[in-house]
Amino acid sequence: MPEPLIQLQGISKSFGDTRIYHDLNLDIFPGETLVIMGGSGSGKSTLLRVLMGHLKIDAGKVLIRGRTLDEMNRGELDSWRKSVGVLFQSGALFNSMTLRENLALPVREHTDLDDETIDLMVQIYLQLVGLREHIDKLPAELSGGMKKRGGLARALMMQPRILFYDEPTAGLDPVSTAQINELIMNLKNKMGATSVVVTHDMQSAFKLADRLALLFDGKFAAVGSVEEFRTTTNPLVRQFVDGRLDGPFVNPSDQCSYKAQLLGRKINEVPHGQKET
Amino acid sequence: MRAAIEFFGDFVYLLLDTLRAIMPALSTSRGRVLAWRNIWIQMNRIGVESIPIVCLVMFCIGAILAMQIAPELARFGIVPVTADVVALATFREMGPLVSAVVMTGFGGAAIAAEIGTMVVGEEIEAMEAMAIDPIRFLVVPRVLAGIVMMVCLTALGDLAAMFGGLVASALLLHLGALQYIHHALAILKVGDFLTGLVKAGVFGMLITAIACFLGLKVRGGAEGVGINTSKTVVFTIVALIVVDLIFTSVFFYLGV
Repeated sequence: MPEPLIQLQGISKSFGDTRIYHDLNLDIFPGETLVIMGGSGSGKSTLLRVLMGHLKIDAGKVLIRGRTLDEMNRGELDSWRKSVGVLFQSGALFNSMTLRENLALPVREHTDLDDETIDLMVQIYLQLVGLREHIDKLPAELSGGMKKRGGLARALMMQPRILFYDEPTAGLDPVSTAQINELIMNLKNKMGATSVVVTHDMQSAFKLADRLALLFDGKFAAVGSVEEFRTTTNPLVRQFVDGRLDGPFVNPSDQCSYKAQLLGRKINEVPHGQKET
Repeated sequence: MRAAIEFFGDFVYLLLDTLRAIMPALSTSRGRVLAWRNIWIQMNRIGVESIPIVCLVMFCIGAILAMQIAPELARFGIVPVTADVVALATFREMGPLVSAVVMTGFGGAAIAAEIGTMVVGEEIEAMEAMAIDPIRFLVVPRVLAGIVMMVCLTALGDLAAMFGGLVASALLLHLGALQYIHHALAILKVGDFLTGLVKAGVFGMLITAIACFLGLKVRGGAEGVGINTSKTVVFTIVALIVVDLIFTSVFFYLGV
Protein backbone atom coordinates (compact mmCIF):
# COMPACT_ATOMS: atom_id res chain seq x y z
CA MET A 1 0.00 0.00 0.00
CA PRO A 2 1.56 3.36 -0.95
CA GLU A 3 1.71 6.24 1.49
CA PRO A 4 -1.57 8.17 1.47
CA LEU A 5 -1.42 11.58 -0.20
CA ILE A 6 -4.20 13.02 1.91
CA GLN A 7 -5.38 11.75 5.26
CA LEU A 8 -8.49 12.89 7.08
CA GLN A 9 -8.25 11.99 10.75
CA GLY A 10 -11.19 12.40 13.10
CA ILE A 11 -12.60 15.49 11.36
CA SER A 12 -15.50 17.22 13.11
CA LYS A 13 -17.22 20.35 11.93
CA SER A 14 -20.46 22.10 12.82
CA PHE A 15 -22.16 25.22 11.50
CA GLY A 16 -24.04 26.52 14.51
CA ASP A 17 -26.28 23.66 15.60
CA THR A 18 -25.90 21.77 12.36
CA ARG A 19 -23.32 19.03 12.58
CA ILE A 20 -21.64 18.40 9.24
CA TYR A 21 -18.89 15.94 10.16
CA HIS A 22 -18.39 13.86 13.21
CA ASP A 23 -15.16 11.87 13.54
CA LEU A 24 -14.66 11.56 9.79
CA ASN A 25 -11.73 9.44 8.60
CA LEU A 26 -10.43 8.76 5.10
CA ASP A 27 -7.15 8.14 3.26
CA ILE A 28 -6.67 9.24 -0.34
CA PHE A 29 -3.86 7.52 -2.23
CA PRO A 30 -1.75 8.95 -5.05
CA GLY A 31 -2.97 8.13 -8.55
CA GLU A 32 -6.41 6.95 -7.52
CA THR A 33 -9.79 8.38 -8.42
CA LEU A 34 -11.92 8.56 -5.33
CA VAL A 35 -15.58 9.37 -5.77
CA ILE A 36 -17.35 10.86 -2.77
CA MET A 37 -21.11 10.39 -2.81
CA GLY A 38 -23.84 11.49 -0.47
CA GLY A 39 -27.20 13.18 -0.40
CA SER A 40 -27.73 16.88 -0.98
CA GLY A 41 -26.49 18.85 2.01
CA SER A 42 -24.45 15.96 3.39
CA GLY A 43 -21.24 18.02 3.23
CA LYS A 44 -19.63 16.57 0.11
CA SER A 45 -18.66 19.90 -1.43
CA THR A 46 -17.73 21.29 1.98
CA LEU A 47 -15.19 18.48 2.25
CA LEU A 48 -13.34 19.85 -0.79
CA ARG A 49 -13.26 23.26 0.90
CA VAL A 50 -11.73 21.63 3.97
CA LEU A 51 -9.12 19.91 1.81
CA MET A 52 -8.19 23.22 0.15
CA GLY A 53 -7.79 24.91 3.54
CA HIS A 54 -10.70 27.31 2.90
CA LEU A 55 -12.62 26.13 5.92
CA LYS A 56 -11.28 25.56 9.42
CA ILE A 57 -12.37 22.35 11.09
CA ASP A 58 -13.46 22.12 14.73
CA ALA A 59 -11.51 18.98 15.56
CA GLY A 60 -9.27 16.44 13.87
CA LYS A 61 -6.50 16.77 11.32
CA VAL A 62 -6.07 17.00 7.59
CA LEU A 63 -2.65 15.64 6.61
CA ILE A 64 -1.19 16.44 3.21
CA ARG A 65 1.79 14.17 2.52
CA GLY A 66 2.06 13.81 6.29
CA ARG A 67 1.99 17.58 6.95
CA THR A 68 -0.92 19.04 8.91
CA LEU A 69 -2.89 21.48 6.77
CA ASP A 70 -3.73 23.76 9.70
CA GLU A 71 -0.05 24.17 10.61
CA MET A 72 1.07 25.14 7.11
CA ASN A 73 2.38 28.66 6.67
CA ARG A 74 1.18 30.88 3.83
CA GLY A 75 3.89 29.67 1.43
CA GLU A 76 3.23 25.98 2.12
CA LEU A 77 -0.52 26.47 1.77
CA ASP A 78 0.00 28.32 -1.51
CA SER A 79 2.21 25.59 -2.93
CA TRP A 80 -0.39 22.97 -1.89
CA ARG A 81 -3.12 24.98 -3.58
CA LYS A 82 -1.00 25.46 -6.70
CA SER A 83 -0.52 21.70 -6.96
CA VAL A 84 -4.29 21.11 -6.98
CA GLY A 85 -6.71 21.91 -9.79
CA VAL A 86 -10.25 22.52 -8.61
CA LEU A 87 -13.34 22.38 -10.79
CA PHE A 88 -16.08 24.25 -8.96
CA GLN A 89 -19.72 23.35 -9.22
CA SER A 90 -20.53 26.46 -11.27
CA GLY A 91 -17.19 26.54 -13.04
CA ALA A 92 -16.42 29.72 -11.04
CA LEU A 93 -15.00 31.53 -14.06
CA PHE A 94 -14.29 35.20 -13.42
CA ASN A 95 -17.26 36.97 -14.98
CA SER A 96 -15.36 40.15 -15.77
CA MET A 97 -12.77 38.29 -17.86
CA THR A 98 -12.97 36.45 -21.17
CA LEU A 99 -12.22 32.73 -21.32
CA ARG A 100 -8.74 33.59 -22.60
CA GLU A 101 -8.05 35.87 -19.62
CA ASN A 102 -9.58 33.39 -17.19
CA LEU A 103 -7.25 30.62 -18.29
CA ALA A 104 -4.21 32.85 -18.51
CA LEU A 105 -4.63 34.26 -15.01
CA PRO A 106 -3.12 31.49 -12.85
CA VAL A 107 -0.15 31.04 -15.19
CA ARG A 108 0.42 34.79 -15.40
CA GLU A 109 0.30 35.06 -11.62
CA HIS A 110 2.57 32.14 -10.82
CA THR A 111 5.09 31.80 -13.65
CA ASP A 112 7.43 33.99 -15.67
CA LEU A 113 6.22 32.65 -19.02
CA ASP A 114 5.79 35.28 -21.72
CA ASP A 115 2.36 36.24 -23.00
CA GLU A 116 2.72 34.36 -26.30
CA THR A 117 3.53 31.07 -24.56
CA ILE A 118 0.65 31.56 -22.16
CA ASP A 119 -1.70 32.26 -25.05
CA LEU A 120 -0.56 29.09 -26.77
CA MET A 121 -1.26 27.09 -23.59
CA VAL A 122 -4.69 28.70 -23.31
CA GLN A 123 -5.54 27.60 -26.85
CA ILE A 124 -4.30 24.06 -26.25
CA TYR A 125 -6.35 23.61 -23.09
CA LEU A 126 -9.44 25.18 -24.61
CA GLN A 127 -9.10 22.82 -27.56
CA LEU A 128 -8.89 19.95 -25.07
CA VAL A 129 -12.28 20.87 -23.63
CA GLY A 130 -13.72 21.85 -27.03
CA LEU A 131 -14.08 25.57 -26.39
CA ARG A 132 -11.36 27.05 -28.59
CA GLU A 133 -13.80 28.88 -30.86
CA HIS A 134 -15.25 30.62 -27.77
CA ILE A 135 -11.88 31.90 -26.54
CA ASP A 136 -12.86 35.58 -26.48
CA LYS A 137 -16.31 35.15 -25.00
CA LEU A 138 -17.26 36.23 -21.51
CA PRO A 139 -18.63 33.55 -19.15
CA ALA A 140 -22.08 35.16 -19.35
CA GLU A 141 -22.18 34.23 -23.04
CA LEU A 142 -21.55 30.54 -22.33
CA SER A 143 -23.96 27.75 -21.37
CA GLY A 144 -23.72 25.95 -18.01
CA GLY A 145 -21.88 22.99 -19.53
CA MET A 146 -19.46 25.25 -21.36
CA LYS A 147 -18.73 27.16 -18.15
CA LYS A 148 -17.91 23.88 -16.44
CA ARG A 149 -15.62 22.84 -19.26
CA GLY A 150 -14.00 26.28 -19.16
CA GLY A 151 -13.53 25.92 -15.41
CA LEU A 152 -11.94 22.53 -15.99
CA ALA A 153 -9.56 23.97 -18.60
CA ARG A 154 -8.55 26.70 -16.15
CA ALA A 155 -8.01 24.14 -13.40
CA LEU A 156 -5.62 22.30 -15.73
CA MET A 157 -3.54 25.34 -16.71
CA MET A 158 -1.06 24.89 -13.87
CA GLN A 159 -0.74 21.21 -14.82
CA PRO A 160 -1.78 19.92 -11.43
CA ARG A 161 -1.18 16.32 -10.40
CA ILE A 162 -4.17 16.41 -8.08
CA LEU A 163 -7.68 17.33 -9.20
CA PHE A 164 -10.80 18.02 -7.20
CA TYR A 165 -14.11 17.97 -9.04
CA ASP A 166 -17.21 19.35 -7.38
CA GLU A 167 -20.29 17.87 -9.08
CA PRO A 168 -18.64 17.89 -12.52
CA THR A 169 -21.71 16.54 -14.32
CA ALA A 170 -24.59 17.98 -12.29
CA GLY A 171 -27.16 19.71 -14.48
CA LEU A 172 -25.56 18.65 -17.77
CA ASP A 173 -27.18 16.83 -20.67
CA PRO A 174 -26.09 13.21 -21.27
CA VAL A 175 -23.69 14.11 -24.08
CA SER A 176 -21.95 16.85 -22.07
CA THR A 177 -21.84 14.45 -19.11
CA ALA A 178 -20.12 11.84 -21.26
CA GLN A 179 -17.67 14.50 -22.53
CA ILE A 180 -16.73 15.59 -19.03
CA ASN A 181 -16.39 11.99 -17.84
CA GLU A 182 -14.18 11.21 -20.81
CA LEU A 183 -11.98 14.19 -19.97
CA ILE A 184 -11.64 13.16 -16.34
CA MET A 185 -10.72 9.60 -17.36
CA ASN A 186 -8.18 10.85 -19.89
CA LEU A 187 -6.54 13.09 -17.33
CA LYS A 188 -6.22 10.20 -14.97
CA ASN A 189 -4.90 7.76 -17.57
CA LYS A 190 -2.52 10.14 -19.34
CA MET A 191 -1.27 12.23 -16.45
CA GLY A 192 -1.67 9.76 -13.62
CA ALA A 193 -3.53 12.47 -11.73
CA THR A 194 -5.02 11.85 -8.31
CA SER A 195 -8.68 12.79 -8.46
CA VAL A 196 -11.34 13.40 -5.87
CA VAL A 197 -14.77 13.60 -7.47
CA VAL A 198 -17.80 14.75 -5.53
CA THR A 199 -21.01 13.64 -7.20
CA HIS A 200 -24.38 12.03 -6.76
CA ASP A 201 -24.57 10.94 -10.36
CA MET A 202 -24.28 7.15 -9.89
CA GLN A 203 -23.50 6.37 -13.52
CA SER A 204 -20.57 8.75 -13.60
CA ALA A 205 -19.45 7.57 -10.18
CA PHE A 206 -19.20 3.95 -11.27
CA LYS A 207 -17.53 4.91 -14.53
CA LEU A 208 -14.83 7.08 -12.98
CA ALA A 209 -14.09 5.61 -9.60
CA ASP A 210 -11.29 3.39 -8.38
CA ARG A 211 -12.84 3.67 -4.96
CA LEU A 212 -16.13 5.06 -3.75
CA ALA A 213 -17.02 6.60 -0.41
CA LEU A 214 -20.54 7.28 0.83
CA LEU A 215 -20.95 10.21 3.19
CA PHE A 216 -23.84 9.86 5.58
CA ASP A 217 -24.61 11.56 8.87
CA GLY A 218 -21.19 13.17 9.20
CA LYS A 219 -19.19 10.02 8.54
CA PHE A 220 -18.20 7.75 5.71
CA ALA A 221 -20.77 5.00 5.95
CA ALA A 222 -18.96 2.91 3.38
CA VAL A 223 -15.66 3.07 1.50
CA GLY A 224 -14.78 0.50 -1.12
CA SER A 225 -14.15 -0.45 -4.72
CA VAL A 226 -16.75 -0.21 -7.46
CA GLU A 227 -17.24 -3.97 -7.29
CA GLU A 228 -17.76 -3.87 -3.53
CA PHE A 229 -20.33 -1.10 -3.93
CA ARG A 230 -22.17 -3.04 -6.64
CA THR A 231 -22.39 -6.22 -4.61
CA THR A 232 -22.63 -4.97 -1.03
CA THR A 233 -25.61 -5.80 1.13
CA ASN A 234 -25.15 -2.67 3.26
CA PRO A 235 -28.74 -1.31 3.22
CA LEU A 236 -27.61 2.30 3.15
CA VAL A 237 -25.34 1.79 0.12
CA ARG A 238 -27.98 -0.36 -1.58
CA GLN A 239 -30.62 2.30 -1.17
CA PHE A 240 -28.35 5.05 -2.47
CA VAL A 241 -26.99 3.02 -5.39
CA ASP A 242 -30.39 1.69 -6.43
CA GLY A 243 -32.09 5.03 -5.80
CA ARG A 244 -34.87 3.50 -3.71
CA LEU A 245 -37.26 5.48 -1.57
CA ASP A 246 -37.43 3.15 1.40
CA GLY A 247 -34.39 2.48 3.52
CA PRO A 248 -32.16 3.97 6.19
CA PHE A 249 -31.03 6.87 4.00
CA VAL A 250 -32.87 10.07 4.82
CA ASN A 251 -32.26 13.47 3.29
CA PRO A 252 -30.91 15.85 5.93
CA SER A 253 -33.69 18.26 5.06
CA ASP A 254 -36.19 15.56 6.03
CA GLN A 255 -34.52 15.08 9.39
CA CYS A 256 -35.54 18.42 10.82
CA SER A 257 -38.84 18.32 12.57
CA TYR A 258 -40.93 19.45 9.62
CA LYS A 259 -44.05 17.87 10.96
CA ALA A 260 -43.42 19.26 14.41
CA GLN A 261 -43.01 22.72 12.91
CA LEU A 262 -46.21 22.36 10.96
CA LEU A 263 -48.19 21.01 13.88
CA GLY A 264 -46.48 23.14 16.50
CA ARG A 265 -45.41 20.22 18.66
CA LYS A 266 -42.72 17.61 18.93
CA ILE A 267 -42.72 14.64 16.63
CA ASN A 268 -42.85 12.07 19.43
CA GLU A 269 -46.07 13.63 20.60
CA VAL A 270 -47.86 12.34 17.51
CA PRO A 271 -51.06 10.71 18.80
CA HIS A 272 -50.90 7.00 19.38
CA GLY A 273 -52.05 4.85 16.51
CA GLN A 274 -51.25 7.47 13.89
CA LYS A 275 -48.52 6.30 11.55
CA GLU A 276 -45.28 8.29 11.57
CA THR A 277 -44.10 9.28 8.11
CA MET B 1 -21.77 46.18 20.77
CA ARG B 2 -19.68 43.07 20.50
CA ALA B 3 -20.69 42.72 16.85
CA ALA B 4 -19.70 46.33 16.21
CA ILE B 5 -16.26 45.81 17.77
CA GLU B 6 -15.77 42.61 15.78
CA PHE B 7 -16.82 44.39 12.63
CA PHE B 8 -14.40 47.23 13.25
CA GLY B 9 -11.63 44.79 14.19
CA ASP B 10 -12.17 42.84 10.96
CA PHE B 11 -11.93 46.08 9.01
CA VAL B 12 -8.67 47.03 10.70
CA TYR B 13 -7.32 43.55 9.86
CA LEU B 14 -8.26 44.09 6.23
CA LEU B 15 -6.41 47.42 6.24
CA LEU B 16 -3.32 45.79 7.77
CA ASP B 17 -3.47 42.90 5.29
CA THR B 18 -3.77 45.41 2.48
CA LEU B 19 -0.73 47.36 3.69
CA ARG B 20 1.20 44.12 4.02
CA ALA B 21 0.21 43.01 0.53
CA ILE B 22 1.23 46.24 -1.20
CA MET B 23 4.97 45.52 -1.07
CA PRO B 24 4.82 41.91 -2.36
CA ALA B 25 2.46 43.09 -5.09
CA LEU B 26 4.99 45.62 -6.27
CA SER B 27 8.30 43.97 -5.40
CA THR B 28 8.80 41.50 -8.25
CA SER B 29 9.15 42.84 -11.77
CA ARG B 30 6.29 40.66 -12.99
CA GLY B 31 4.13 41.50 -10.00
CA ARG B 32 4.73 45.16 -10.76
CA VAL B 33 3.56 44.80 -14.36
CA LEU B 34 0.42 42.94 -13.28
CA ALA B 35 -0.30 45.24 -10.35
CA TRP B 36 0.09 48.39 -12.44
CA ARG B 37 -2.15 46.96 -15.12
CA ASN B 38 -4.81 46.28 -12.48
CA ILE B 39 -4.35 49.66 -10.82
CA TRP B 40 -4.65 51.36 -14.21
CA ILE B 41 -7.93 49.57 -14.96
CA GLN B 42 -9.33 50.47 -11.55
CA MET B 43 -8.21 54.11 -11.83
CA ASN B 44 -10.23 54.32 -15.01
CA ARG B 45 -13.27 52.65 -13.50
CA ILE B 46 -13.36 54.35 -10.12
CA GLY B 47 -11.92 57.71 -10.98
CA VAL B 48 -12.08 58.70 -14.60
CA GLU B 49 -15.77 57.96 -14.86
CA SER B 50 -16.44 60.16 -11.82
CA ILE B 51 -14.71 63.20 -13.34
CA PRO B 52 -17.71 64.75 -15.16
CA ILE B 53 -20.00 64.30 -12.15
CA VAL B 54 -17.47 65.64 -9.65
CA CYS B 55 -16.87 68.66 -11.89
CA LEU B 56 -20.58 69.30 -12.33
CA VAL B 57 -21.35 68.95 -8.63
CA MET B 58 -18.40 71.05 -7.56
CA PHE B 59 -19.23 73.75 -10.12
CA CYS B 60 -22.70 73.98 -8.56
CA ILE B 61 -21.29 73.99 -5.03
CA GLY B 62 -18.97 76.87 -5.90
CA ALA B 63 -21.84 78.87 -7.37
CA ILE B 64 -24.10 78.07 -4.39
CA LEU B 65 -21.43 79.11 -1.90
CA ALA B 66 -20.93 82.42 -3.71
CA MET B 67 -24.65 83.17 -3.81
CA GLN B 68 -25.20 82.19 -0.18
CA ILE B 69 -22.37 84.24 1.19
CA ALA B 70 -22.49 87.34 -1.04
CA PRO B 71 -25.63 89.01 0.46
CA GLU B 72 -24.10 88.85 3.96
CA LEU B 73 -20.82 90.29 2.72
CA ALA B 74 -22.68 92.96 0.76
CA ARG B 75 -24.08 94.29 4.05
CA PHE B 76 -20.51 95.09 5.05
CA GLY B 77 -19.64 96.30 1.56
CA ILE B 78 -17.06 93.60 0.99
CA VAL B 79 -18.56 91.59 -1.87
CA PRO B 80 -15.12 90.75 -3.37
CA VAL B 81 -14.39 88.73 -0.19
CA THR B 82 -16.84 86.17 -1.66
CA ALA B 83 -13.90 84.78 -3.59
CA ASP B 84 -11.92 84.32 -0.36
CA VAL B 85 -14.76 82.44 1.30
CA VAL B 86 -15.43 80.22 -1.71
CA ALA B 87 -11.70 79.47 -2.04
CA LEU B 88 -11.15 78.57 1.61
CA ALA B 89 -14.33 76.55 1.96
CA THR B 90 -13.64 74.66 -1.26
CA PHE B 91 -9.97 73.85 -0.85
CA ARG B 92 -10.07 73.01 2.84
CA GLU B 93 -13.43 71.29 3.12
CA MET B 94 -15.95 71.04 0.31
CA GLY B 95 -13.54 69.85 -2.37
CA PRO B 96 -12.36 66.66 -0.65
CA LEU B 97 -15.67 65.91 1.07
CA VAL B 98 -18.05 66.37 -1.85
CA SER B 99 -15.70 64.61 -4.29
CA ALA B 100 -15.48 61.75 -1.79
CA VAL B 101 -19.27 61.49 -1.52
CA VAL B 102 -19.57 61.38 -5.32
CA MET B 103 -16.87 58.72 -5.48
CA THR B 104 -18.65 56.71 -2.79
CA GLY B 105 -21.80 56.57 -4.87
CA PHE B 106 -19.90 55.91 -8.06
CA GLY B 107 -16.87 53.81 -7.20
CA GLY B 108 -17.60 52.52 -3.71
CA ALA B 109 -20.98 51.02 -4.51
CA ALA B 110 -19.64 49.53 -7.74
CA ILE B 111 -16.70 47.91 -5.96
CA ALA B 112 -18.90 46.43 -3.21
CA ALA B 113 -21.39 45.06 -5.71
CA GLU B 114 -18.68 43.65 -7.95
CA ILE B 115 -16.72 41.92 -5.19
CA GLY B 116 -19.95 40.75 -3.53
CA THR B 117 -21.08 39.15 -6.77
CA MET B 118 -17.69 37.47 -7.04
CA VAL B 119 -18.15 36.03 -3.53
CA VAL B 120 -21.59 34.69 -4.44
CA GLY B 121 -20.28 33.16 -7.68
CA GLU B 122 -17.51 31.21 -5.87
CA GLU B 123 -14.98 33.40 -7.70
CA ILE B 124 -13.11 34.43 -4.55
CA GLU B 125 -12.86 30.82 -3.48
CA ALA B 126 -11.62 29.87 -6.95
CA MET B 127 -9.03 32.62 -6.66
CA GLU B 128 -7.81 31.28 -3.33
CA ALA B 129 -7.81 27.76 -4.75
CA MET B 130 -5.39 29.03 -7.41
CA ALA B 131 -3.21 30.47 -4.62
CA ILE B 132 -4.02 34.01 -5.73
CA ASP B 133 -4.49 36.20 -2.67
CA PRO B 134 -7.75 38.18 -3.12
CA ILE B 135 -6.36 40.97 -0.96
CA ARG B 136 -3.36 41.39 -3.22
CA PHE B 137 -5.28 40.81 -6.44
CA LEU B 138 -8.53 42.66 -5.73
CA VAL B 139 -8.15 44.96 -2.74
CA VAL B 140 -4.66 46.44 -3.24
CA PRO B 141 -5.26 47.76 -6.79
CA ARG B 142 -8.61 49.23 -5.82
CA VAL B 143 -7.31 50.95 -2.70
CA LEU B 144 -4.25 52.36 -4.47
CA ALA B 145 -6.37 53.50 -7.40
CA GLY B 146 -8.85 55.03 -4.94
CA ILE B 147 -6.14 57.06 -3.20
CA VAL B 148 -4.59 58.36 -6.43
CA MET B 149 -7.89 59.13 -8.14
CA MET B 150 -9.41 60.78 -5.07
CA VAL B 151 -6.48 63.22 -4.93
CA CYS B 152 -6.84 63.95 -8.67
CA LEU B 153 -10.62 64.28 -8.45
CA THR B 154 -10.34 66.66 -5.53
CA ALA B 155 -7.85 68.85 -7.38
CA LEU B 156 -10.17 68.96 -10.39
CA GLY B 157 -13.22 69.48 -8.17
CA ASP B 158 -11.50 72.39 -6.41
CA LEU B 159 -10.94 74.09 -9.76
CA ALA B 160 -14.52 73.39 -10.88
CA ALA B 161 -15.91 74.93 -7.66
CA MET B 162 -13.74 78.00 -8.05
CA PHE B 163 -14.98 78.32 -11.61
CA GLY B 164 -18.60 77.93 -10.42
CA GLY B 165 -18.02 80.67 -7.86
CA LEU B 166 -16.45 82.84 -10.53
CA VAL B 167 -19.36 82.43 -12.92
CA ALA B 168 -21.93 83.19 -10.21
CA SER B 169 -19.93 86.18 -9.01
CA ALA B 170 -19.53 87.56 -12.50
CA LEU B 171 -23.14 87.08 -13.56
CA LEU B 172 -24.99 87.90 -10.35
CA LEU B 173 -22.66 89.91 -8.17
CA HIS B 174 -20.97 91.87 -10.95
CA LEU B 175 -17.60 90.89 -9.55
CA GLY B 176 -14.86 90.96 -12.17
CA ALA B 177 -13.20 87.66 -13.00
CA LEU B 178 -9.73 89.07 -12.49
CA GLN B 179 -10.69 90.56 -9.14
CA TYR B 180 -12.18 87.20 -8.09
CA ILE B 181 -9.04 85.31 -9.08
CA HIS B 182 -6.82 87.88 -7.48
CA HIS B 183 -8.71 87.62 -4.17
CA ALA B 184 -8.73 83.83 -4.24
CA LEU B 185 -5.01 83.57 -4.92
CA ALA B 186 -4.21 86.11 -2.24
CA ILE B 187 -6.06 84.26 0.50
CA LEU B 188 -5.02 80.71 -0.38
CA LYS B 189 -1.89 79.27 1.20
CA VAL B 190 -0.14 76.11 0.01
CA GLY B 191 -1.25 74.57 3.32
CA ASP B 192 -4.91 74.93 2.41
CA PHE B 193 -4.39 73.05 -0.80
CA LEU B 194 -2.22 70.36 0.79
CA THR B 195 -4.45 69.67 3.81
CA GLY B 196 -7.32 69.19 1.35
CA LEU B 197 -5.31 66.74 -0.71
CA VAL B 198 -4.07 64.79 2.33
CA LYS B 199 -7.69 64.43 3.41
CA ALA B 200 -8.62 63.39 -0.11
CA GLY B 201 -6.02 60.62 -0.10
CA VAL B 202 -7.29 59.26 3.20
CA PHE B 203 -10.89 59.50 1.95
CA GLY B 204 -9.93 57.56 -1.17
CA MET B 205 -8.47 54.81 0.95
CA LEU B 206 -11.53 54.73 3.23
CA ILE B 207 -14.03 54.57 0.36
CA THR B 208 -12.31 51.72 -1.44
CA ALA B 209 -11.30 49.77 1.67
CA ILE B 210 -14.83 49.87 3.14
CA ALA B 211 -16.29 48.86 -0.24
CA CYS B 212 -13.87 45.93 -0.60
CA PHE B 213 -14.45 44.91 3.02
CA LEU B 214 -18.23 44.86 2.75
CA GLY B 215 -18.04 43.25 -0.68
CA LEU B 216 -15.95 40.40 0.69
CA LYS B 217 -18.37 40.04 3.61
CA VAL B 218 -21.38 39.38 1.34
CA ARG B 219 -23.31 36.25 2.27
CA GLY B 220 -26.49 34.79 0.89
CA GLY B 221 -26.83 35.51 -2.80
CA ALA B 222 -28.14 38.52 -4.66
CA GLU B 223 -29.95 39.90 -1.64
CA GLY B 224 -26.68 39.95 0.32
CA VAL B 225 -25.03 41.89 -2.50
CA GLY B 226 -27.80 44.49 -2.39
CA ILE B 227 -27.70 44.84 1.38
CA ASN B 228 -23.94 45.26 1.54
CA THR B 229 -23.86 47.68 -1.39
CA SER B 230 -26.25 50.06 0.34
CA LYS B 231 -24.40 49.52 3.64
CA THR B 232 -21.22 50.53 1.83
CA VAL B 233 -22.67 53.89 0.84
CA VAL B 234 -24.08 54.62 4.31
CA PHE B 235 -21.06 53.44 6.31
CA THR B 236 -18.64 55.23 4.01
CA ILE B 237 -20.42 58.57 4.25
CA VAL B 238 -20.52 58.30 8.05
CA ALA B 239 -16.85 57.28 8.13
CA LEU B 240 -15.89 60.16 5.81
CA ILE B 241 -17.55 62.74 8.00
CA VAL B 242 -16.14 61.33 11.25
CA VAL B 243 -12.63 61.17 9.78
CA ASP B 244 -13.10 64.68 8.37
CA LEU B 245 -13.95 65.91 11.87
CA ILE B 246 -10.83 64.25 13.26
CA PHE B 247 -8.65 65.78 10.55
CA THR B 248 -10.16 69.22 10.96
CA SER B 249 -9.65 69.04 14.74
CA VAL B 250 -6.00 68.06 14.28
CA PHE B 251 -5.40 70.79 11.69
CA PHE B 252 -7.19 73.29 13.94
CA TYR B 253 -5.03 72.29 16.89
CA LEU B 254 -1.85 72.48 14.81
CA GLY B 255 -2.93 75.77 13.31
CA VAL B 256 -2.51 74.47 9.75
